[in-house]
Amino acid sequence: MHEMGIAQQLVQIALDAIPQDIENPKVEKLNLRIGKLASVVEHSLTFCFEIITKDTPLETARLDIEVVPVRVHCKSCDNEWEVTGPVFKCPFCENGEVELLTGREIEITSLELTE
Amino acid sequence: MEIDIQKKVLEVNDTEADSNRKYFKDKNVFVLNMMSSPGSGKTEILCRTLAKLMPGVRVGVVVGDICTTNDADRLEVTGAKVTQINTDQFGGDCHLAAHLIIASAKQLGCEDLDLLIVENIGNLVCPAEFDIGEDTKVVVLSVTEGEDKPLKYPLMFRVADVAILNKIDLLPYLDFDAKLVVDNMKQVHPHLPVFEMSAKTEEGFESWIEWVKIKVFEKTGK
Repeated sequence: MHEMGIAQQLVQIALDAIPQDIENPKVEKLNLRIGKLASVVEHSLTFCFEIITKDTPLETARLDIEVVPVRVHCKSCDNEWEVTGPVFKCPFCENGEVELLTGREIEITSLELTE
Repeated sequence: MEIDIQKKVLEVNDTEADSNRKYFKDKNVFVLNMMSSPGSGKTEILCRTLAKLMPGVRVGVVVGDICTTNDADRLEVTGAKVTQINTDQFGGDCHLAAHLIIASAKQLGCEDLDLLIVENIGNLVCPAEFDIGEDTKVVVLSVTEGEDKPLKYPLMFRVADVAILNKIDLLPYLDFDAKLVVDNMKQVHPHLPVFEMSAKTEEGFESWIEWVKIKVFEKTGK
């Protein structure tokens, strides 16, 4: 539901990253990493991004999203595993002292300019 | 040409939240972020909580809603300092962001407060994503909402430090399995403390109040 806000932040970060000495820059691709546990809906983000990038150097840019799996670590038995459903209990020691390693990322890693 | 960026998209909010946390530490005020879906009973819990805590604990409340000052009007009756954030007249944001909280906290004045409670916008998705610089996150779920909500909205129950299961006075009239919902919460967050209570009848309310008092004391010494 807050994809528009995220899209606005994305645009701001991307525009700031384009070197000022490039004339009429055109961004071809924005590379993102989004965790599976992050509250971001990919098609909503793409939709919002398309709307707000009209008439900007990002107008033709597409979002390339790497989906980051949810990985957790059990502090009790040191086990590490990927969580694929909403259950975070350690399957080995049944303890619950688990910490999240990945899965909440909403990151922009790079952008690619048209040559 | 590829340009390396490596930035968190919500970095602006995270930085503001860290700054809020420092501000609240300087003011020696404990900050509690209450989140839930709409209609779970957050405002009623707060009205009763304020009545029991004050004047021993000095409380301020920031209330977030898309529209209306209804909640703030209800809370002001308790004598607490209350400020309402409306994110827009029709529509607007689905969560409270860190910059809104600090503006409201300064408007309230934190100097003579021990506890600041933020009643977030009713939504089990987005508020879980946004750090506001709070000390503790509380999620409220009521027994009319379905036992599987923790499994459907796992991030909210993962980030919460404590949960309230509200409206337990309705259990005799519902096909709701209170044990199952608590089990589901613990599937998502195994050591999550859960207060089962009714704000209306105040059944189970005392242990919640004691918990709040202890948390305030642990941070502020007051």
